[in-house]
Amino acid sequence: MTSGQKKGTFSVLIIGIILGIALWGGFNWALELTNTEQFCISCHEMRDNPYEDLQETIHFTNRTGVRATCPDCHVPREWIHKIVRKIQASNELYHHFIVKDVDTPEKFEAKKLELARHVWKAMKDTDSRECRNCHNFDSMDFERQESRSADRHEEAIEKGYTCIDCHKGIAHQLPEGYDPGDDAPGGDDEED
Amino acid sequence: MKKLITTATMAVSILLVSGNSVFAKESVASLRGTQDIQGSSLKVTKKKLVSQEGGFERSYKQQPPMIPHKIDKYKINLKNNGCLKCHSKKNHKKEKAPMLGESHFLTRDGKKLDHVSSRRYFCNQCHAPQVDANPLVKNEFDGLK
Repeated sequence: MTSGQKKGTFSVLIIGIILGIALWGGFNWALELTNTEQFCISCHEMRDNPYEDLQETIHFTNRTGVRATCPDCHVPREWIHKIVRKIQASNELYHHFIVKDVDTPEKFEAKKLELARHVWKAMKDTDSRECRNCHNFDSMDFERQESRSADRHEEAIEKGYTCIDCHKGIAHQLPEGYDPGDDAPGGDDEED
Repeated sequence: MKKLITTATMAVSILLVSGNSVFAKESVASLRGTQDIQGSSLKVTKKKLVSQEGGFERSYKQQPPMIPHKIDKYKINLKNNGCLKCHSKKNHKKEKAPMLGESHFLTRDGKKLDHVSSRRYFCNQCHAPQVDANPLVKNEFDGLK
């Protein structure tokens, strides 16, 4: 190899690395930018409906001041799942710009049950993965919980229930048409 | 003449009423305290809701049972009733919670419904959570046994 060839290979390598950093960094930067609450509520559908709901719940204000933002619960942390969710979000853009079927509070309310069911199904399918980013059975001190909570959590571990089986409507108001009295964890199958 | 009498009676009664209220203001302090009517009322010290396993004992047979746990996370509105999550006919066994009484399914005409009657829908109109507070007035009340 001549020194000129060596130089050429070297500069291609350097340019490649710089370009790689710039592109990957830019991609990640954009990814993170769209992963903030500020971004979520830049659409009025999100700002006026789910975000309003959230503000009345313990995930927004509580005694310790730890709070959850939209992506903490609705965007997976793991890279591959995050990308999948980001691609799915293009459907939300489609509904925002073209279909416009949730662009007023009334229209949103009418569709809320359907939307909620989608989220509940997603959480059920992933075994409430996003909840467990913060809430972990292994770190729960049942001694410090109310007895009725502790009993139910122990039962949930034993029977393999997932968070969303019981904790629906804790960060948003429940939609009309959903009856909490008709929805027990584990469904109808194992009545004792 | 009649008109004059009516006017006079009214004037006297107004005097009496207003005189009374002046008197009342001096001798009786309302729950609101002596706060100026224009100002905001005194801040109430917050008390934590009591959780009691097994529930509270009733003072008489028909007393609506008191709520022995916190309720701030359960909403009751036109769309859903969070209490039913555990106390409904379907879920109460699984949740090991008392079921709401059969009377709650009756309309005011005695017709039985398969869902909670609207006149019994707002649980905390009758069922109240409890705080660990001293009685406002000393008393020796003892429930019927």
